[in-house]
Amino acid sequence: MTAEQLLFLAVGAVTLIASILVVTSPRLVHAGLWLILALAGVAVLFVLLENGFLAVVQVAIYIDAIAILIIIVVMLTRAVMRETDPQINRTWVLAGMAALLLFGSLLAIVLQLPAPIRPALLDPESGLDVLGKALVDVNGFILPFEIASVLLVAALIGAIVVARAPMRGD
Amino acid sequence: MALQWLFIGAILVVGAGMAGLPIALNILLAPRKPNPDKSATYECGIETVGETWVQLKGQYYIFGLIFLIFDIEAVFLFPWAVAYDKLQFYMVLEGVLFILILGGGLIYAWRKGALEWI
Amino acid sequence: MSDPFGGLDNFLKDLLVGFGLDATFVAVVLKLLGAAVLGGMAGATAILLIWAERKLVARIQDRLGPNRVGPYGLLQTIADALKLLTKEVLIPAGADRIIFQMAPLLVVASVIGVWAVMPLAPGLIGSDVNVGLLYIVSVGSIGILGIMMAGLSSNNKYALLGAFRTVAQMVSFAVPLIFSLLVPTLLAGSMGMAEIVEAQEGLWFIFLAPLAALIFFVSSIAEVGRAPFDLMEAESEIVAGFHIEYSGMAFGMFFVGEFVHAFTISALTAVIFLGGWRGPGAEAFPLLGLVYFLLKASIMFFVVIWIRGTFPRIRIDQMNAFNWKFVTPLALVVLMVTAVVDKLAIEQGWPRFLAHSTANLLMVIGTLAILRAQASSARRRQEVALEAPVTRPEVA
Repeated sequence: MTAEQLLFLAVGAVTLIASILVVTSPRLVHAGLWLILALAGVAVLFVLLENGFLAVVQVAIYIDAIAILIIIVVMLTRAVMRETDPQINRTWVLAGMAALLLFGSLLAIVLQLPAPIRPALLDPESGLDVLGKALVDVNGFILPFEIASVLLVAALIGAIVVARAPMRGD
Repeated sequence: MALQWLFIGAILVVGAGMAGLPIALNILLAPRKPNPDKSATYECGIETVGETWVQLKGQYYIFGLIFLIFDIEAVFLFPWAVAYDKLQFYMVLEGVLFILILGGGLIYAWRKGALEWI
Repeated sequence: MSDPFGGLDNFLKDLLVGFGLDATFVAVVLKLLGAAVLGGMAGATAILLIWAERKLVARIQDRLGPNRVGPYGLLQTIADALKLLTKEVLIPAGADRIIFQMAPLLVVASVIGVWAVMPLAPGLIGSDVNVGLLYIVSVGSIGILGIMMAGLSSNNKYALLGAFRTVAQMVSFAVPLIFSLLVPTLLAGSMGMAEIVEAQEGLWFIFLAPLAALIFFVSSIAEVGRAPFDLMEAESEIVAGFHIEYSGMAFGMFFVGEFVHAFTISALTAVIFLGGWRGPGAEAFPLLGLVYFLLKASIMFFVVIWIRGTFPRIRIDQMNAFNWKFVTPLALVVLMVTAVVDKLAIEQGWPRFLAHSTANLLMVIGTLAILRAQASSARRRQEVALEAPVTRPEVA
C-alpha cells in the first residue's frame, strides 16, 4: 500500500462522503459547501492521475464559477433560510439498493478490462502543446472547438432571455 | 511532478495554519464576557428588523453566468495559446473566430441591457 | 556563490540522507520545509507592507503617518497585532459557527497559495508546475469562496449584501484578468511561470504587450478590492461589508490577507510582464536575481499605493459598466490582435517589437476614438434635450 494509494483512498472517501452530504443536508447553503468539497476532491484525484491541467481546470471552472453560481441561485430563492425537512423520504432503502446494484455492475464491467490501463502517452510536460494543436487542427477537433463556442453563446443568450428583468419596449 | 503538487498542497495548508494560529491565540488570550447585547446582530446600533435574509436580485446571477461562459472559453483558449509557437496561421485565425463568436454573445448581452446594474 | 539555493538544497539532502533516511522521503521533507518557510515569509512580509502603506498614504495626504512606536513607526503593525490579539472574540447569535471561523482561513490560504508558483530567482521556485497561470486564477477563486462564506455565515443582512456585491465584483473582473493572462501565455508558449520568465530574455513582455499588462494590473487591483475599487470595504457605504461581524484576530486576518494579496499581485505583474528576476548579472549570481525580483515587486506595490492615494472611489454601477463595456471587450480585442500580429511578424520576419508597438498604438488610438465618439454623441443628445422647447406657443 504505497503512499499514493493511501492518498487516493482518503481523497476518494472524502469525495464520496461529501457527495452524500450534498443530497442529505437539510440546509441548502450547507449542501452548496459540501458540493465544493466534493469538487475539490475530484481535483485532487486529477492531480493523482498526473494531469495537472485538468485539476486546475476543475478548480477554475467548477469551484470558481459553477459552485458560486449555484450558491447565488440558492440565495435567489426563499428556500434557503427555511430549515427544510429531512431530505430522505420513505423509499430510501430501495434507492440505496438500486445505487449499490448500479455500483456493483459498473465495478464488474471495469474489472473485466485488461489492467493496468496506462495510455501510451507522451510525457505530461508536453501534453498541453499537443492538445492545443489538436484543438485547431483541420484533421483534429476544429469542428467541435468552434461548435463549443456557438454552444456557449447559445447558453448565454438563453439564460439572459430567461433571467433578466423585462425591459421597456419588450 | 507529484512533488510539485505536494508543495502546493503543503503551502495551502501552511497558509491556512498561518491564519489559524493567530486566531487560535486570540481565542486563548481574549477575555470572555458574553452579553446578549454584544452577540446581537449589528445594524447601526438599532434592533434588527425582520429576517436576516435578503433576496438577491437576478443581476447577480447574470454576472455569474457571463463569468462562467467566459471562464469556459478561456479554458478552451489556454491550450491553443500554449501551442501557439507550433501553430500555422490559419490555426491562429480559428482561435480568433472562437473569440469573435463569444464577443458576439457579449454584444448581444450588452444590447439587451443584461449588463446594467439596476 | 554561483548557485546558493541549489547548494543549500544539496547540502540538506546529503545531511538527511547521511542520517540513513530514504531519498524520496528526504525530498518530500525538504519540499514541505520549503513550503513552510515560503508561506511563513510571505505572511510575515505583511508587517512591513502595512507600515509602508500607511506611511506612503499619509505622505500623499500631507501628514506624517505612524511615527511613535519604534523608529519611524516600524513597530506599529506589531502593536496593532498585539492589540487585536487581546480583543474579545464575538460570534453573533445565530451565526453558523464552523463556516464563520473557517472563512478567514480560506482567504489567507488562497493568497499564500499563489506564492507557491512564484519564480523568486533563477532556480528558486516553489513548485514548477506547467500550469502556473491557470493555477493562480483558480487559487484566487478560493478567496472569493472564503468571502462568500464569511457573508453567508454572519447572521447579518449587511454582511450578506456586502459579501455578494464583493463576489459579483471579483467575479466580474476575473474575466479580463484571465484574458489578459492569455497574452503572455501565447508570447511565451507556456503557462509555467518559470518558462514565462525564461521567455523574457530579450525583451520584457511589457514592451511586447503593454495594453495586456495594463489590463492585468487594473483587473488585479479590482480583484483585490483596493481603491479605486474598494467599494466592498468602504466604511461609509456598506458598514464594512462582509466582515462586519468579525472581531479580533479574525478581522486582522482579513486585513492582512488583503495587504498580502496586493503585494502578491504586484509581484505577479513584475514576474509576468516586467521580467521577474531578470536583470544584469542575474544568471551568474542568483541572489542578485532575488534582489531584482523584490525591487520590481516593491515598485509595483508603490504604484498600487499611489493609485490608492490618488483616485476617488467609483460607484458600483460605474464599476460594472467600466468592466463589462470597456475592459472586457478591450481585453478580447487585445488578445485577438496580439495573436494575429505575433504570428504574422514571426512568419513575415518583421521585427517583433515594432510590430507589437504599432498594433498597440493603433488599438489605443482606436479606443480613444471610440470613447471620444461616444462622449460627443452623449453630449449632443444632452444639448438637443436642453434646446427642445417645452411648449410651443400657438401662433394665432
